Amino acid sequence: MTKLPQIGKPISRLEGRLKVTGSAKYAGEYEAEDLLYGYVVNSTITKGKITVIDTTEAKTLEGVIEIFTHENKPSTAWFDFQYADMDAPPGTVFKPLKDNDIKYNGQPIALVVAATFEMARYAATKIKLAYTEEKFETNLQSNLHKARDTKKGLASMLKPPPPKPTGDFEEAYQNSFVQSSGEFKHGTEHHNPMEMFATTVIYEGKDQLKIYDKTQGTINSQMYVANVFGLKMKNVQVIAPFVGGAFGSGLRPQYQLFMAVMASLKLKRNVRVTLDRAQMYTFGHRPPTVQFTKFGAEKNGKVNAIYHKAIGETSQFEDYVEIVVNWANMLYPAENTLLEHQVVPLDVYSPLDMRAPGGSTGMHAIEITMDDLAYKLNIDPLELRLINYSEKDKSSDKEYSSKELRNCYLEGAKKFGWSNRNPEPRSMKRGNKLVGYGMATGIWDANRLLARVQAIMTSDGKVAIKSAVTDIGTGTQTIMTQIAADELGLRLEDITFLYADSKMPFAPIQGGSFTTATVGPAVKAACKALNEKLFRKAKHLKNAVLSEMKFEDVIFSEGFIIVKNNPETKISIAEIFAANGGKEIKTTNTSMPNPLRYGKKARAVHSAVFVEVEVDEELGIIEVKRAVTAVAAGKIINPKTAESQILGGMIWGISKTLHEETITDHNFGKYMNPNLAEYHIPVHADIQDLNVIFVEENDTFVNDLGVKGVGEIGVVGMPPAIANAIFHATGKRINDLPIHFDKLL
Amino acid sequence: MEPKETHAITLNVNDTNYQIQILPWVSLLDVLREELHLTGTKKGCDHGQCGACTVLVDGKRILSCLTLAVMKDGSAITTIEGVADGENLHPIQKAFIEHDAFQCGYCTPGQICSAIGMLKEGKAQTREEVQELMSGNLCRCGANRGIINAIMEVKEGGCHE
Ligand code: FES
Ligand code: FES
Repeated sequence: MTKLPQIGKPISRLEGRLKVTGSAKYAGEYEAEDLLYGYVVNSTITKGKITVIDTTEAKTLEGVIEIFTHENKPSTAWFDFQYADMDAPPGTVFKPLKDNDIKYNGQPIALVVAATFEMARYAATKIKLAYTEEKFETNLQSNLHKARDTKKGLASMLKPPPPKPTGDFEEAYQNSFVQSSGEFKHGTEHHNPMEMFATTVIYEGKDQLKIYDKTQGTINSQMYVANVFGLKMKNVQVIAPFVGGAFGSGLRPQYQLFMAVMASLKLKRNVRVTLDRAQMYTFGHRPPTVQFTKFGAEKNGKVNAIYHKAIGETSQFEDYVEIVVNWANMLYPAENTLLEHQVVPLDVYSPLDMRAPGGSTGMHAIEITMDDLAYKLNIDPLELRLINYSEKDKSSDKEYSSKELRNCYLEGAKKFGWSNRNPEPRSMKRGNKLVGYGMATGIWDANRLLARVQAIMTSDGKVAIKSAVTDIGTGTQTIMTQIAADELGLRLEDITFLYADSKMPFAPIQGGSFTTATVGPAVKAACKALNEKLFRKAKHLKNAVLSEMKFEDVIFSEGFIIVKNNPETKISIAEIFAANGGKEIKTTNTSMPNPLRYGKKARAVHSAVFVEVEVDEELGIIEVKRAVTAVAAGKIINPKTAESQILGGMIWGISKTLHEETITDHNFGKYMNPNLAEYHIPVHADIQDLNVIFVEENDTFVNDLGVKGVGEIGVVGMPPAIANAIFHATGKRINDLPIHFDKLL
Repeated sequence: MEPKETHAITLNVNDTNYQIQILPWVSLLDVLREELHLTGTKKGCDHGQCGACTVLVDGKRILSCLTLAVMKDGSAITTIEGVADGENLHPIQKAFIEHDAFQCGYCTPGQICSAIGMLKEGKAQTREEVQELMSGNLCRCGANRGIINAIMEVKEGGCHE
């Protein structure tokens, strides 16, 4: 009567019904009594000082309650560190309304609070402003000479600097049989989740707040609010059960949270602040980056020299870092390497992790350079990857905990039909269109952090699992329920996963593809601990059937503790509760990787991506006709939601390569297309045949569940695979993203 | 210019009549969300660029953010909250769950209302045409394949209304 495992089943999202009926509530949708609406005013200059901010007229409008500016901002925390959040880069966190200093275009400079949204927005237009402007720099290209090394800080733990040089790159490169080099650029990109940032603050009495926030970390927002406004942690509750997309934008508390809390505390009222779409371009972005590669290979295809340098934009106040150049040597075991990462501080807001930060940037350069090498060596691009295949991460000299990339290559190639490719550029045609096949490798870290989880069983045999973690559309709620069901031997219906509430046990911010590997094992551990408690109580029952047994001798199934080699002998959970007086049984556990052991192996997820493009040279149209991504990411808990993660990532890859870019007018230091009409993302008509393969990968090292994470890996291999396919179709190497038709000319 | 005078209008939303006093500058979207607390209809841009605010007015799909509420006095409006028949989900809703046609779910109400309107228009025959006529509804999560699969299943199953 053992029930079938839930792990591995393509369960439909448990919150599906709420989402398709419009009952799922997002941060800006909670009702509150006499709710006030805040509208943010943003600076129209890029650098300088506010000399006049006159709110007199605006304040006289009917329904306007208050206007906050740097001149009347209630006092908040003094010290910089009090503003730091879990994803803060080294530097000084930006503080809204701190003073009259303007650091970037679009900086929030005032909050109008009114009885209606319309009036708040209207009153904002009546504020009189004057500035003195100062000279600014926003152009990465023209400031590359200012590139410098980055400061180190707490964030460097998850984002290690590039490995030290090995061997002698220059000499090896000069002496290699073939050489390939390139310069790669991409512009600014914005996350643009469909839901705009919003915070609803419920004023529950003196210094006591309930906050619905759009965030990827309820405890991150809670900590920020408590520190900045001098409140007790326990008096600040942050809730975010539904998050309308985030992709990294919710890893840091954004300014609407600050604004809403400030107004609520001052006015002792319920307040909502929602940003508009243009304001979604005023708090963080993927930084424009320039990269240089030089790879050298021997005649047999072995890469022996790797140079990879990246220069990314950052702000004047924080050193935003991402991992761009560490990947090549993790994949290809060259002996001679030189890897560098620098930043150029400019008058912009700090960049912010955006889906597959750094990885999607670096792999673009690495995998195009590999493709170019393949052509120069006259070796099939897939073959070249296999020639350079390594079971070890050369850069750290550690074995991989698991690495089924070879099977990703093979299974992906087979499904795609890679062998039908004629390697000659411009050789494949369909009607009047050129056809190109391209491939690339993807890699991403498999990390695990600390998390706490509580499991509570009530006398009806149902279990509540609690964690502060969010579910930003990743399927976390469903997956955690599956994990708990298997560990407890219960049905999905018997388990409620309660989450996204800062009052619940600690979970880190949801990002970096580490959530399932972090919270999953914590759920498993808490459920195991709950079973152990039940077992101990069962041993002491009067009938004593289990008194001689050890925990290993029993299984838990459908409300019974059953002796493994004698299934007739069992104790029902109901009996245990009866003896326990019906009281709930609960346990809270902390779970983290073993610090002595965890660092001993390299841990990564891998993918192989195959893409077919069609290029209409006359009309300048590039279409991704087909793509196959084969992923090795350890155990897949839920193939349905995991596939959606990969598909979403692939579409992000298509978008990054062929569509999206935030364009800056450097004369004004201002983004020119902060809206969804001019910031292009793929529409339904752009998405054609996409396929995902999950390759078997057993990993007993990464964590008890053998899971790695699938949030970013879908993105990383797509841009180079598409660019390589375009080269194959057209014979043109286009290294700058996005590739619009003008680049084909 | 700041409007001063409220107007009395009647909106029939999901078979319920609402009499409201409203300033003429309020969009239908904001009336639904802020006055009637029907927050199922989403705001993704407020500029007619994303489709998240799609509702059905007298059976036709429209963008409620580009519509002033006063323009729809007397109209019958169906929002995502009124798509299901009581506890019984609409076939499109069921297919969305089955095909995992959403991740964060924020574009979903707009996608579903738009799909129902699109099928009713009867113009799209092929998958490509469906993709084309659904292209006003953006999905940043990249649930596009699931969305189109779900719609195609209902279209081919012929069980839409
Ligand atoms: S909110 Fe109406 S189209 Fe975006
Ligand atoms: S499901 Fe998130 S935007 Fe479509």
